[in-house]
Amino acid sequence: MQGSGELGWGADLQGGEPYVYESPTQPGAIIGFEVEIAEALARELGVRAKFHQNDWSNLVPSLERGDFDIALNGLEDTPARRARLRLSRPYFVYGETLAVRAGSALHTLAELRGRRIGTLNQTVAQDLLQAEHAEVVLYEGQQEPYMDLSRGRVEGVLLDHVIADRYGCGQPGLVCVKQDLARGTYVIGMRPADVELFARVDGALSRLIENGELRRILEHWRLRDARQEELWTRLPVAAPSASPSSRTLSVAQLGLFFRGALITILISVCAFAFALPLGVLLAVTRSHGGRVSRFLATAYVELFRGTPVLLQLYVLYYGLSSLVRLGPIQAAILGLGLNYAAYEAEVHRGALAALPRGQAEAASSLGLSRYQVLRHVLLPQSLRIALPALTNDFVALLKDSSLVSVITVVELTKRMTIVAVELRDWVVPGLLCAAMYFALSFPLSRLSLWLERRYQSA
Amino acid sequence: MIRISGLHKAFAGNAVLAGIDATVAEGKIVALLGASGSGKSTLLRCLNGLATFDAGTLEIAGFALRPGAHEPRTLQALRARVGMVFQEFHLFSHLSVLDNVTLAPRVARGTARAQAEAHAHELLAQVGMAERAQALPRELSGGQKQRVAIARALAQGVSVLLLDEPTSALDPELREEVREVLRRVARGAHSASGTALTILLVTHEHALAHELADEIWTLSAGKIEGVLRLGSSPAG
Repeated sequence: MQGSGELGWGADLQGGEPYVYESPTQPGAIIGFEVEIAEALARELGVRAKFHQNDWSNLVPSLERGDFDIALNGLEDTPARRARLRLSRPYFVYGETLAVRAGSALHTLAELRGRRIGTLNQTVAQDLLQAEHAEVVLYEGQQEPYMDLSRGRVEGVLLDHVIADRYGCGQPGLVCVKQDLARGTYVIGMRPADVELFARVDGALSRLIENGELRRILEHWRLRDARQEELWTRLPVAAPSASPSSRTLSVAQLGLFFRGALITILISVCAFAFALPLGVLLAVTRSHGGRVSRFLATAYVELFRGTPVLLQLYVLYYGLSSLVRLGPIQAAILGLGLNYAAYEAEVHRGALAALPRGQAEAASSLGLSRYQVLRHVLLPQSLRIALPALTNDFVALLKDSSLVSVITVVELTKRMTIVAVELRDWVVPGLLCAAMYFALSFPLSRLSLWLERRYQSA
Repeated sequence: MIRISGLHKAFAGNAVLAGIDATVAEGKIVALLGASGSGKSTLLRCLNGLATFDAGTLEIAGFALRPGAHEPRTLQALRARVGMVFQEFHLFSHLSVLDNVTLAPRVARGTARAQAEAHAHELLAQVGMAERAQALPRELSGGQKQRVAIARALAQGVSVLLLDEPTSALDPELREEVREVLRRVARGAHSASGTALTILLVTHEHALAHELADEIWTLSAGKIEGVLRLGSSPAG
């Protein structure tokens, strides 16, 4: 901010209402209670507030990189953050709210042990659930955990009351436990080295509290409740930031990395085992089928190849969940399998077309049926032609499997991002993750080369 | 035996077969001569249903074929009785010599593997390929490939053998080994023992036609222009 006349503040628009979000009536305009706090702070400091969009789970690393001056977006006050950042006095008090299906017996944190409970990544709720040994399911957006709760994929959702009130408690079939399971505060995060900025921002926030501006903002957004009384009475706490100490990868985290790699292998192998026969079937239908079945197979290929796999995963897991209730791993395997089948279909169609016409004629002239010709003469040869392309696609699938983290599967890449944020270091987890993908894909390429040489040497 | 009556076929308005009437008696060998494009290969392909025809009727190995598309089951049954050898061999490149010969008996007729292989070894011995039973097609010369293709065509105990220019794709020095195999097959066809084999041989080799055939038909512009009956069976 020094000298620039701007207060750069980082937040994530995807956090949605009432924090920071795009105005539904005025496209492009950003509104929310934190937007008003940022602007009020900037006014107090005599500068202009400048918004920086940043993925929420990476707000802290981006702040440390220097992308903006302050992180102001539902950042909870935790010992870990205190050790890492300078934290302002609180501007909001939240309660951890447990949403369950109507009739559920779950009421307290202790009862959540071993249960499947949804929350967002990098939240205090996640730490609380992990401390109680609940089975934590991590989501990317606020709405999805409550959708999965009402459809029975999780037994409860633990999140801030602001999110719970807006997305969970009012939904049909869902109720929220009245008592907060824990309380905490939102604070503004700053870099440890920005001593002067910290003093000015924290001072400005104190003035907003004293002159009633913060109260007015919270009232405007209907966020003022009994919880907030603590804000006005509690003395401002100047956060004593310890010098940042980088942590190293623990054995437990390494174990989780291997678990992530296993899930990546499981999903990739099963999805490909599904895609390959379906692709062959589609290819055979396209090259040998009747008019209607040929049209249907072509439509399948164009539809699944022409739309993003990410969208297909969302539709399969969330969109169709009222029709088919799939677990995350099942949905991941099915989604990737259906998508890759379209690519495999084209590979095999090309391979079948590359076979000399005489092979099919010679086989039929021996009295083999059309099915027997395909099964015993054409497909064994086309599979060999397709082999290099198949390996290529499998390696691509191995890496595309990282997309399934959007439907709560924690595979290798997702594990890497979680550990990276925990360690505040991207280099070690990143290299480890890359090494694991390489260790999975390299032997495959060698195997494929060996098979090619075996089958195709002249 | 083969009976052809009033056979017509046109490609895009051009008559390829313009009314063929002919009969090959059981156990006889007929050689078809004629310039390229005279309709020899098309006639052969009509006989085992690889090509359809527009008018006329065909009788072959006890099956009757009519114009237009054929019923798949009829074709499969017919082809189990009618073997075909192609100019370009068309051996199945992923299968060994032995598996090329046993594939149809095992898959299409359900013969047990041991039985199919025993018979295949006999046939491979007849065409002089017994030593190469485990070889892959890409390891063979053109002449060797064609000898395996002949064994493959005979593997189901066929009563009719269609040969479509079996020596034309071969270098001249490789043709003799295939001719020798054809002589042996022809002698077998004429021997009193076993079921009689009726053979239709499309070729450009006049000497071979004269040596092997009981009759030589000359095709021109989709019609049989001349029939030459040769007096005696080939030597042996």
